Amino acid sequence: MITFESVSKKYPDGTEAVAGLSIEAPDAAITVLVGPSGCGKTTTLRMTNRLVEPSGGRILIDGSDIRDRPVAQLRRGIGYVIQHAGLFPHRTVADNIATVPRLLGTDRRAARKRAQELMELVGLDSALADRYPHQLSGGQQQRVGVARALAADPAILLMDEPFSAVDPIVRKSLQEQFLQIQAEVGKTILFVTHDVDEAIRIGDRIAVLREGGHLAQFATPRELLERPADAFVEQFLGLDRGIRRLTFIPSTGLGLRADALVKKGVELSAAQLELPWLLLVDEPGAPIGWIEPRRPNEPPIPIGHAFIAHTDSLRAALDAAVLCPTGWAVGVDAEGRAVGVVSQEEIAAAIRAEHRDSLEAVR
Amino acid sequence: MSALISTSAMSQTSVFDLPSYVQSSYLGLIRTQLVVSLGATLAGLVIALPLGQLCSRLPKLYPATLGVVTLIYAIPSIALFVLLIDITGTSETTVFIPLTLYTLAILVPGVVDGIRSVPRNVLDAADGMGYGRVRRYLAVELPIALPTLMAAIRVAAVSSLSLMSIGATIGNFGGFGDLFLLGLKFFDNRLIWLGLISLLVLSVLCDLLLRGVQRLLTPWARSLRSFG
Repeated sequence: MITFESVSKKYPDGTEAVAGLSIEAPDAAITVLVGPSGCGKTTTLRMTNRLVEPSGGRILIDGSDIRDRPVAQLRRGIGYVIQHAGLFPHRTVADNIATVPRLLGTDRRAARKRAQELMELVGLDSALADRYPHQLSGGQQQRVGVARALAADPAILLMDEPFSAVDPIVRKSLQEQFLQIQAEVGKTILFVTHDVDEAIRIGDRIAVLREGGHLAQFATPRELLERPADAFVEQFLGLDRGIRRLTFIPSTGLGLRADALVKKGVELSAAQLELPWLLLVDEPGAPIGWIEPRRPNEPPIPIGHAFIAHTDSLRAALDAAVLCPTGWAVGVDAEGRAVGVVSQEEIAAAIRAEHRDSLEAVR
Repeated sequence: MSALISTSAMSQTSVFDLPSYVQSSYLGLIRTQLVVSLGATLAGLVIALPLGQLCSRLPKLYPATLGVVTLIYAIPSIALFVLLIDITGTSETTVFIPLTLYTLAILVPGVVDGIRSVPRNVLDAADGMGYGRVRRYLAVELPIALPTLMAAIRVAAVSSLSLMSIGATIGNFGGFGDLFLLGLKFFDNRLIWLGLISLLVLSVLCDLLLRGVQRLLTPWARSLRSFG
């Protein structure tokens, strides 16, 4: 656990980067520091491995002051990932990854073996081991950066906008993979970003900072979206926090109706003829498209996308429903077979019910 | 007289056999040339490395330092010889010292540019991973600065090879420069041409050799971009 006890940083010219910050980053969880530029998030991160010395307060790791240890020892025990990776251009990928183990005195062979394990963990082809960083793509470089930070198996990982310099598609896949790796390694992570979506996607807890290094709110992503502490946080989260909040609500409560599914060539029942839309499915059960019972020979309307019933969030279900011209969402199982369909109205009712429940819970 | 000498010169078996008034053998000239020029470059490097490091640490110091080393470069070598001859006599050292000082005008900016070429985030990563100052300098900064630094070293070495010719004026310490002065004195153009061509060939060979060293030391830079 990393504990910040009224930590502040004031520069000689009078600018205050961090003002009396007190937060706790719990073990085996991702704590995100998010905020606009100049909010002191990077300074806070850099104080944790003493690249910046605080001008007030204390930082504790598992209860002991970070100043009680020699600085090199402290840093070698903390993984550090930065924007643009900061790889050593004159060393191969494997040597880059082996940096900290080598600093700690691991022999060359063992360090190289370790580098190979990590390349596998972060999804890098072992053929890249002897390449130089400039021969890799931005996404690959960033993976090497993560592998290098994990090489000496530190308990703590500091990540400073690690995915900001890559394009959005690569960023998304890096984020997903990063979460998978974290599920495997369970590090205590401090993660800095200016991107609130990224914060919500990957954070277990989020500290929202505002200019001058003041803590605006420290909460879980869901709490943040449901109850922003003030107008600043609200504005920072953006206008679609109501929709984004649905990411945290499972679609288990939705009543999926299976009577609207029809197989090709099967006679429609009288009840089905009364429904506005029917979902045509193929022999294994995968959705083909929507048809009107009165006009069964028209070409089916594409469903847009389906959501995985009971697994995906209400957000996925709602998105599927609003995307489709019929206003209905298709729930599928893990194999992609249609389970049932649900209308926008029913999803809306589920959202209202959920609100009622959480209001009850607060009372 | 000159005709006589020319004839006698022509009667010699090889162009590399020098007339008797040249006090060194051809190989001796090469030795002086290499020892003094490359020695001066090396000595210059020994001074420029800490000086450049200091300048990149304290950027305010750099313009003044650059001014001083450029000013030294502007001092005529003859003037320096006159000053030094009282101390070091007519010796290789008297040629060696000004040459060393001259290389600073090339090597100090080379070191500073090299160190400045190390990306900020690479240094940040190195610090964050727990490199000490000295280790970071040797294992990170210096290797990354090397392509820029080697380019400066090559220029310094080749320029020293040619600058040292003036050492002929205080005796026989100009390497191939001795041949220029003697050729002039004894009206022997052959000596001047021999000296000039030898110097050019030696310079090209030195540069190629240093390029080879650079390639060996910076395998990572090969596919990056071509330096100098």
